[in-house]
Amino acid sequence: MSDQAPSEVTVTVNGTEIEAQPGEMLIAATDRAGIHIPRFCYHERMSSVGMCRMCLVDVDTGRGPMLQPSCMVPVADGMVVDTESDDTKRAQEGILEFLLVNHPLDCPVCDKGGECPLQDQTIAYGPGESRFVEEKRHFEKPIPISDLVHLDRERCILCDRCTRFADEIAGDPLIQFTERGNSTQVLTFPDEPFSSYFSGNTVQICPVGALTAAPYRFKARPWDLEETESTCTTCSMGCRISVQSSRNELVRYLGVDVESVNHGWLCDKGRFNFEAINSDERLTVPLVRDQENQRQLLGTDWGSALAAAAEAIGQAGPQGVGIIGGSRLTNEDAYAWSKMARSVIGTDNIDAQLDDGLPAELVLGLPPATIADACEADTVLIVGPDLKEELAILHLRLRGAATRGRTKVVQIGPTATGSESYAQHSIRCQAGEAAKTLTELLSSSDPLAQQLRDGSVVTILGRASMAESADPAISVAAVIRAELPHATFLSALRRGNVRGALDMGLAPGFLPGRVRIDNPSQALLQKWTDIPKEQGLGTTEMLQAAAAGKIETLVLLGADPLCDFPDRNLAAEAIQKVKTVVAIDNFVTSSVAQADIVLPATAYGEQNGTTTNIEGRVSRVIQKITPPGSTRDDWMIATELAWRLGGDLGLTSKDEIWREIEQVAPSHTGITLERVTSDETHEGILVQQSSIDLTLPIPQDTPIADGYGLRLISGRKLWDGATATAHSPSLQHLAEPPTLKVHPNDLQRLGIPSGSEVRVISTRATENLTAVADSNIQRGTAVLPFNQPGGGANRFIDATATINDIRIETL
Amino acid sequence: MKFFTDENLLLAEEIIGRYPKPRSAMIPLLHLAQEQEGWVTDEAMAEIAELVGTTSAEVLGTCSFYEMFKRHPVGKYVINICTTMSCALMGAGDLMKHAELRLGVKSGSTTADGMFTLEGAECQAACTEAPCLQVNYRHQYKVTANQFDALVEELGSSDHEVPEHGVLSQVRQHIPEDRFVGVVPPEDVTTAPVWLNDNGSDQ
Ligand code: SF4
Ligand code: SF4
Ligand code: FES
Repeated sequence: MSDQAPSEVTVTVNGTEIEAQPGEMLIAATDRAGIHIPRFCYHERMSSVGMCRMCLVDVDTGRGPMLQPSCMVPVADGMVVDTESDDTKRAQEGILEFLLVNHPLDCPVCDKGGECPLQDQTIAYGPGESRFVEEKRHFEKPIPISDLVHLDRERCILCDRCTRFADEIAGDPLIQFTERGNSTQVLTFPDEPFSSYFSGNTVQICPVGALTAAPYRFKARPWDLEETESTCTTCSMGCRISVQSSRNELVRYLGVDVESVNHGWLCDKGRFNFEAINSDERLTVPLVRDQENQRQLLGTDWGSALAAAAEAIGQAGPQGVGIIGGSRLTNEDAYAWSKMARSVIGTDNIDAQLDDGLPAELVLGLPPATIADACEADTVLIVGPDLKEELAILHLRLRGAATRGRTKVVQIGPTATGSESYAQHSIRCQAGEAAKTLTELLSSSDPLAQQLRDGSVVTILGRASMAESADPAISVAAVIRAELPHATFLSALRRGNVRGALDMGLAPGFLPGRVRIDNPSQALLQKWTDIPKEQGLGTTEMLQAAAAGKIETLVLLGADPLCDFPDRNLAAEAIQKVKTVVAIDNFVTSSVAQADIVLPATAYGEQNGTTTNIEGRVSRVIQKITPPGSTRDDWMIATELAWRLGGDLGLTSKDEIWREIEQVAPSHTGITLERVTSDETHEGILVQQSSIDLTLPIPQDTPIADGYGLRLISGRKLWDGATATAHSPSLQHLAEPPTLKVHPNDLQRLGIPSGSEVRVISTRATENLTAVADSNIQRGTAVLPFNQPGGGANRFIDATATINDIRIETL
Repeated sequence: MKFFTDENLLLAEEIIGRYPKPRSAMIPLLHLAQEQEGWVTDEAMAEIAELVGTTSAEVLGTCSFYEMFKRHPVGKYVINICTTMSCALMGAGDLMKHAELRLGVKSGSTTADGMFTLEGAECQAACTEAPCLQVNYRHQYKVTANQFDALVEELGSSDHEVPEHGVLSQVRQHIPEDRFVGVVPPEDVTTAPVWLNDNGSDQ
């Protein structure tokens, strides 16, 4: 090996010289040069395996032309390649004839027909006719290999894409090639389905119709589909997707490959929850509480519903109104509501987060990192939720960086997580005590401390458990700022466009553009009539004020505090106590069912606008279908209400709103409407400047648990009672019922057999649950998923406590 | 779920310890499972997956690739008659027909008493001795119909040396612990592997 590797090599392809990077495979170089070589098994995001031989081309490295698979041959300087030689053509014909020997050719009834690489390449490169007259091999078809994916082994061409994806990318090698020779087939282990959170990706990358997705089977033909590139807003990762519809109904999402975010992959939740948008249970008309039968909501017209809502807001006065939610909204809608609250109602009681994330000033004020920064850092420090459950594609990116790159993942937390399999270190700490553990680590002589001090560090910071307040996370931030000043941060936040909502000022004390309320820009003062002087209330404080009778009207902006706020009792008391609840939503959630006035909003895929992911990347969401019934965009609802309250937001379209955002939000200066509607939003436009200077408090010790209780830890699962999952027929049954996991010794101490029903007692509630022994759980703690159908952890949690303890008893 | 006997579990752990990565022990453990039960059960594969830290599907993928791992019960003695070219020319077809009549089962099946499984096999690399067969992978050369009958007789009695299907060897080898590779943390690996040295010599 020479010391000086050349930085580029030159390869001649079909008589033209192209530049290639040393070490890359020939097919990657020709792809970049726009020269197409047919292929089945090669995939640019996975390792090359040379399974299908479709990419054979004539390669001459000085010894005369030879057929070589271009996905397995690294480029070399002076290589001469012919992708159109007679030998290449004969090879292509031969390979296709072979592949079709066992292929059933059921194109007319195959979901892939019309967009099938096997069809397309057979037409482009095939021999036109087959010499095979014998019987083809037969398999039972199709067999479900999971709840979401069906496998037709007759159609499979054994390219190893699905199995490679499952092993290499997802880390769930639950599908495998079994048997060999003519009997080779993809299979799962008997009774162990392919229950990966990422299974839908295999359907997308299968080059034939062997893998089909249950929610899409026989729904449409590719040539009937219309598509548009958009962004997934199911979680705050912001994966790019292609939204596809047929006859004004969403039928499929596909991942779009963008370097900065999702590399083409999607999680199954984001991929399949389009079913909820098509649901018959969508809200389509405004509803008001029936005056005669208080238990009933009655349909009404927009005029009366808006008038009633405006009256309730007006009567309550600025201090008597609280607005909770906003992460479902696009940036433009969020801006309209931000302006409406401050400038028309005159209140700063507005919060997009349900006290389940980080304080806005941390999100906006900590030194920012991108997802790419994390994947290139020496160390990624995770102190927060289980990323596999809550930000699934971030988990996939980090897994890739850790298994194929040089990034070391270190996590500190109270429970086992999905990151453990690729983490260099998984350090268990007591719930709420990550800061203490980190301080101890950094003051020790552990080589890890050195690694963190010397190398680049990206911290993924979030609230590890819904049963703890934000204080433990704030303490972690304080320790890192003090001890590792070079570290940057990525906030692990919950729900869709939460980052965009915070950027637009849907947090008490903040205005659009990452500025504090006492520091408005001149441009903003010109557009907004008035700004409250005092910082308003956050979600917990609003609910407390409501429960104490100090808030009269509560506006739920796509929020469902009864399910999503950590403390169900407080939420229930607040909703009970206030005079009027105005809910703006897509579905009748538990909280919406308690509302007095319900305004139906348009949903994802039915509106245009922009969204912002956790790293601050702005990309576009695009309307694909017509909204149902008389639903309206959230910004329209804001302007209508403003007008009825005697104000004027001065906003008449989403484009116009973006123009105003660009003028008044200092962080967004220069991000013009032209830019956000251009191709630039394919990768998204990164917005990182912020004028928030942050003073972090001195870390506080977490209260010690008493000897009797178990410390409660509660995170979300990918499959849970989330509204969109619950309204997607293919997904709703994937959420498991809630079980309380406890260390076997703790159960034994109480004489409780694993799997039995126990009484769970907290300061908030006493209820029965099934307790299961799990030796992965630390002693003295109990793990209960936050929102499984059949009972959420929020019944037991006191949102005002730093940390929550429970006791369990035999029945 | 518990498949391996206590004794075999200890052995399994010893075998795993011989390799830098537990997964490398997968095939030896499949042999051990087949030795214990005569064939490889689903329970065995699931337990091996747990022992070597992978999924049952991966163990199935590996196991099913090899024909000599049986995933269905087989007889105490598996008789493979070679049906490839040299043996075919020297009368393997007739031998197979004879064997089927003698055992009363078709090729590919097991006698009702669970004693014999009869199979056709590809070349056994003994063409000079055609037609040949194997009993639990032990060769028999130039087999005639009479010899076949005698073989069946002998296997039915207690007077022979062919161990039951699945047994690899009658003497169990134990490798002393100081010869295990074990798990070497990457940072402790200071020299390149032998085969990467300039002249391939071990220095
Ligand atoms: S199922 Fe599809 S992706 Fe998987 S090996 Fe077969 S053809 Fe390839
Ligand atoms: S990770 Fe989040 S943004 Fe990406 S597909 Fe899943 S839900 Fe959508
Ligand atoms: S694409 Fe190269 S062998 Fe399949």
